[in-house]
Amino acid sequence: MQIEPVEVLDFLRRYPPFSCLPEEVLGQVVSEIEVGYFKADTQILELGQQVNALHVIRSGAVDIHRRNGELYNKLTEGGFFGEFGLLRDGKIRFPAKAIEDTLLYFVPSALFHRLFDEYEEFADAVEIEDRTRLRQAVARKEDANELMTSKVTSLISRELVSICTDATVHDAATCMTEASISSLLIVYPPEHPKKDYIAGIITDRDLRTRVVAEQLPYSTPVTDIMTEELITIESNQFVFEAMLAMLRHNLHHLPVIHKEKPIGVIAISDIIRYESQNSLFVVSNIFRQTTVDDLAALVTDVRASFVRMVNEDANSRMIGSAMAVIGRSFKQRLLELGEEQLGPPPVPYCFLALGSMARDEMLIVTDQDNAMILDDAFDPKLHDDYFKALAQFVSDGLDACGYTYCTGKIMATNPQWRQPRKVWQGYFDQWIDNPSPEGLLHSSIFFDLEGVWGQTEWAEQLNKHIVKKARQSKRFLACMSRNALNRTPPLGFFKDFVMEQDGRQNNTINMKRRGTAPLADLVRVHSLAIGSTERNSFLRLNDIIEADILPRGRGQDLRDALELISMVRIRHQALSLEKNETPDNSIAPEDLSEFERKNLKDAFQILSNAQKFMKFRYQGAR
Amino acid sequence: MFYLGTAKKASKEMQVDWSAVYQQRLEQTKDERLRSFYEAGVVSPDTPISQVSFVAVDFETTGFDPQKDGIVSIGLVPFNLQRIQCQGAKHWIVRPRTVLAEDSVVIHGITHSDIKSAPDFMRVLEHLLKALEGKIVVVHHRGIERPFLDVALQKRINEGILFPVVDTMELEARVHRNKPLSIWQRFRGHSLPSIRLVDSRERYNLPYYRQHNALTDALATAELFLAQVSYRFSKDTPIQELWK
Repeated sequence: MQIEPVEVLDFLRRYPPFSCLPEEVLGQVVSEIEVGYFKADTQILELGQQVNALHVIRSGAVDIHRRNGELYNKLTEGGFFGEFGLLRDGKIRFPAKAIEDTLLYFVPSALFHRLFDEYEEFADAVEIEDRTRLRQAVARKEDANELMTSKVTSLISRELVSICTDATVHDAATCMTEASISSLLIVYPPEHPKKDYIAGIITDRDLRTRVVAEQLPYSTPVTDIMTEELITIESNQFVFEAMLAMLRHNLHHLPVIHKEKPIGVIAISDIIRYESQNSLFVVSNIFRQTTVDDLAALVTDVRASFVRMVNEDANSRMIGSAMAVIGRSFKQRLLELGEEQLGPPPVPYCFLALGSMARDEMLIVTDQDNAMILDDAFDPKLHDDYFKALAQFVSDGLDACGYTYCTGKIMATNPQWRQPRKVWQGYFDQWIDNPSPEGLLHSSIFFDLEGVWGQTEWAEQLNKHIVKKARQSKRFLACMSRNALNRTPPLGFFKDFVMEQDGRQNNTINMKRRGTAPLADLVRVHSLAIGSTERNSFLRLNDIIEADILPRGRGQDLRDALELISMVRIRHQALSLEKNETPDNSIAPEDLSEFERKNLKDAFQILSNAQKFMKFRYQGAR
Repeated sequence: MFYLGTAKKASKEMQVDWSAVYQQRLEQTKDERLRSFYEAGVVSPDTPISQVSFVAVDFETTGFDPQKDGIVSIGLVPFNLQRIQCQGAKHWIVRPRTVLAEDSVVIHGITHSDIKSAPDFMRVLEHLLKALEGKIVVVHHRGIERPFLDVALQKRINEGILFPVVDTMELEARVHRNKPLSIWQRFRGHSLPSIRLVDSRERYNLPYYRQHNALTDALATAELFLAQVSYRFSKDTPIQELWK
């Protein structure tokens, strides 16, 4: 006989820290739980008040404030509070207020302490609840990668066409012509005990070799010429298994079977089409195109390969670097074409990629950020017409290929960013030696810099120069960190709005501006401070963790947060592409799953805390 | 309609002197268990509800007629205005003397085999009365629990029972059923808001619970009462304004 209220039990079972407790303990917890109701806008806990229970939100929403009244957190169903007080002096440090009608479960202090002492997992979940939850979410995702790849069913592009065993070869040929297919399945008729099962297959080639060449009459039954005992593949098998089967048996057609009945046929052309969406294939295709128009025509393949990687559960690093490789290839091919058109360059030069491309963190929606380093022998009067024309050619070409012009004019077409080596070195010396937040406002992008064409070693030398100088300039780091704080994450996510730190509510959030960009900025500051030569944020984070400048565990947290925010952004863009909508970076919380909302909230909290730490580290406590 | 009538009468109704009722029944009763129940007494009518001990009670029955139908399960949970205490929650399945109708099986999910192994109502009576002793009973729709308990006792020990109850459905009706819809409202397609447990809870943003488990329904009733109090009454409201 169930003696505890089953609704309470079911609820606790779903949420940490209770979800990790053994079932019999959970029953005990429920039997000691107390329940309270707080109308919207009533204070639940006052500062300094004695706390006698862990407060768990059963329904509703609660604001948690700091001592100074600043909003610290916003909790909804499954959230809990009061643990700080319980684990310390029993006094409330963060006052709490119901902002919606709220039903609370109280876990009495004695019970809470007993659970905390006896169940390590419970204690861990209470102490680092936000961070562990995110880590686990990311880890689960990575585990799934190995198991998930495309199934053969994704290749079936048309409905099954078949004909019954009593048809003639003439019927079959007519049917194939009408449906314009090169193979036809022969199935048993409805009255046959093996109704709808495959009896055999005929192909264009069979009609030629077994009918016409043999001079058989058109009235010959299909069963006389069909191939029986077919090799087939089950609908739940993977694409690569289909490829292997076709290779091994030298087949051009492979029927797909579901519950012993055919559901379609895969032709070798389907596999080729599928492979053409592979990002490697896209890259090799870029280098085969001879005009800007042909390059621009590849945009659909680029997008398809992006969507495919997302659907195959690639992580953000794989996708970001694949898209960067593709973007780089467009640039390189355009420069090749430009040089063919304009002739060889009058002096050596290096074409630079900046920002997300240089960091290998490129996505679908992105503008072109580029620049040119010219040889010191560059003479504007003699040479600039050439480089100006080349820069214009590349920039226009990139725009045609979906990499829109940079609104901040950070492009090689801008004379300021088309300069000899010594000028570039001067730019960086100025930025680092005489820094001001305003002066650096638009130049952080230059600290992610990569040579993609020409004298790429110049870019490397410039990078080394920067790395050496930057870490020694405290003022520079302070200015960079100040700029990195210009963009802050939102406080939380609710069903249909985003809660800002100042309490405002927005209906959408720009995941780049409020998530990945401030994260990349933050990682860049630390990476410059420790003299890392990496450009990718994940690789920079590895260096940062190794340098041990962050509190323990925070580097890993940032990695998880970056992965999570990036993937939400990526999935959102892939979904838009699949729906034939224009992909962007704006997300409405209502389009997120409860799971994503919860984890995003944690990720933004991590970013927010990391920003505070950065401020403290590079600007001193103010 | 049942609740319309009571709601209208509410204000003019004569207050029952519950202490006197308890005293009178105490003198007449021949049953030990009832004697103890009445002896514990009842709070005075002007007691602020913040000082009252409540117990939310729900019965699942084989039907709606106390004379013909029987009790199949009993759930209760004690509480005060601050907190509901799951610690004192109780849940019993009992064997009714009437046959379990198929459709009521569907409603509360208690089957014939559950019932077969369940004790007769008399075996839990002592525990039930102990749990109610000195407390004010809160139910949703008072047409069930009090009459069923009364009849069950009359049939078994030839003596009924009487105590005040707070009816959360009636509290809800006071707001939503205090005047019938005008012709104009009806013409416009308005209908009276539902005062069923699930719908009432929704108005106070209380979570959805699966219904027809006596213990869950008792908890749901207690939560609803706390919500009603925080919206419409105060901790100083005298109990006589709520009980009947």
